Amino acid sequence: MIVLRGVNKSYRTGDAAVHVLKDVDLVINEGEMVSVMGSSGSGKSTLLNILGLLDDHDAGTYHLGETLIANLGERRAAQYRNRFIGFVFQSFNLLAFKSALENVALPLYYQGVPRRERNRIALDYLRKVDLEDRANHLPSELSGGQKQRVAIARALIAKPKLLLADEPTGALDSATSYQLMELLRSINAQGITMVIVTHEPDIAERTDRVIVLKDGCVFRDGS
Amino acid sequence: MSLDSWREVLDVLGRNKLRTGLTALSVAWGIFMLVLLLGAGNGLRHGVEYDFRDDATNSIWIRQGKTSLPFEGHAPGRPVNFEMSDIAAIRRDVAGLDHMSGRYYLRGGFPVSRGNKSASFDIRGCHPDHQYLERTSILAGRFINDLDVSERRKVAVIGPTVKSVLFGASDPLGEIINIRGVNYTVIGVFEDQGGQGELRRIYIPISTAQLVYHGGDRVHQIMYTTGAASLDESQAMAKRSRQVLAERHHFNPEDRRAVQISNNLAQFRKLMDIFDWVRTFVWVVGVGTLFAGIVGVSNIMIISVQERTLEIGIRKAIGATPGSIIGMILTEALLITSVAGYVGLTAGVALVEAVRRNLPENDYVRNPTVDVRVAVVATLLLIGAGALAGVLPALQAARVRPVVAMRNV
Repeated sequence: MIVLRGVNKSYRTGDAAVHVLKDVDLVINEGEMVSVMGSSGSGKSTLLNILGLLDDHDAGTYHLGETLIANLGERRAAQYRNRFIGFVFQSFNLLAFKSALENVALPLYYQGVPRRERNRIALDYLRKVDLEDRANHLPSELSGGQKQRVAIARALIAKPKLLLADEPTGALDSATSYQLMELLRSINAQGITMVIVTHEPDIAERTDRVIVLKDGCVFRDGS
Repeated sequence: MSLDSWREVLDVLGRNKLRTGLTALSVAWGIFMLVLLLGAGNGLRHGVEYDFRDDATNSIWIRQGKTSLPFEGHAPGRPVNFEMSDIAAIRRDVAGLDHMSGRYYLRGGFPVSRGNKSASFDIRGCHPDHQYLERTSILAGRFINDLDVSERRKVAVIGPTVKSVLFGASDPLGEIINIRGVNYTVIGVFEDQGGQGELRRIYIPISTAQLVYHGGDRVHQIMYTTGAASLDESQAMAKRSRQVLAERHHFNPEDRRAVQISNNLAQFRKLMDIFDWVRTFVWVVGVGTLFAGIVGVSNIMIISVQERTLEIGIRKAIGATPGSIIGMILTEALLITSVAGYVGLTAGVALVEAVRRNLPENDYVRNPTVDVRVAVVATLLLIGAGALAGVLPALQAARVRPVVAMRNV
């Protein structure tokens, strides 16, 4: 599913270039549920952004499925994101002025699915995360756990092959976090590859494989 | 643009009422003020033009006076009296003059009667061309013609007040009126924009007036129009007229009090010059207002994009292409500016129209109107500027990196 070979990434801040990822080699197979751990600044979020085509890498090769990701251009990258990758963020990133249903349906809007059709599908996905009754609520009327479930429904609606989650439980209490992990696990069980960035060991424990990054390198990789 | 993307834009605008409202307000206000300014400018111009409605603007009026300078042995203080031959001489020697008339006043109110009705009116003898000089319009019948003058016919053209006093609602044409003992046939009824005094007037052929009231060959006033002459040419014509009269009546051609010549064109031009400044001022202020509107729109568009960085980042993360983001921002800008521009245009035109209908009679502002083409062009300009103002923020928005946008929360 994901093959990284010698991937490097550095950011330029002022005069100094910060080398964030150093020769990262990584293979993630289809259907795996992987967590990426590491202290802050270890490069785990950068890795996730590169995997999610939100950022490009400087050197090395990245294969997503059969496709070599190189110089995609904004437009192609957007289409890949839309069709293959779902995102879940720590801060949920729902559009505040749209209802839960409309938020979930948004990826289908960018696929050109007619409104009635995409709202119908969005309601199905809200049902899957048990929020059918909150369909017409604004994000501000939902709890943190509910918001994250809406975000997950949105990430899934385009039937992605890969779900990327950046600290999905970062803003949730433990009980809600564990419930969310159960939900993610059941989604993974349907065959969707999943990469979760987290700094909480008990969350990482609930995945099949833990990759630990340290100073931009893979420090440990195992289950 | 698909129906769906319009719906998305409308939805976004509707959910962000304050932002939408402020942008719309600045556009609508700009157009509204521009329309008001244009209306005010036109009202001022019409006011000036109205002041000149009475007489031909390209006319020169010559009144007899008294000499103020000694000349060829004559002492100053000698009155100059015009004669019919002066009119012929001026017509012969002053090139470019168009319509021309003399005027013979019957001084003091003359008792005019018909049957048992009687009143005092103002009587003037004149030539046929007088109609053009006073901009007299004929309501019924005709004005005095050349035959009336050459045959010294006893005919009269009467004003509306004369008609209503002597004839009421009945038809005056062909009827007889008596002017201090002499019978005249009414041949026409005229209308004049010069005010109440003009409407109480009776015109008779100048030759008849001279004959019946012992005027001999005397003329009190001479006036002519200058056709399409420029201001300089008309001034030259006035000067030439003074020379002709100076030669015939033996006064110093530099003596400005022997005959008094007033050039309507010069006065009209002077006012028109003032008005040109007013119009320039109106345009400068109007364009400034428009520009302020454009800046306002651009500003709000830029701020709105910055405020929406997160939204745009999220949209891009879930698959919005840069093109669709640009399309969204531009459509919003266009929609707001065109709807608000239309509202401002309509409100401005409606207010100007309301003022026009309810404007009390005054000397300065008349009939404020808006050239709809100008207003529409201004609106289109603002809409275009609004769209253009949207382009930069839209491009900026399209470049937003989802990661950066979402990290800055």
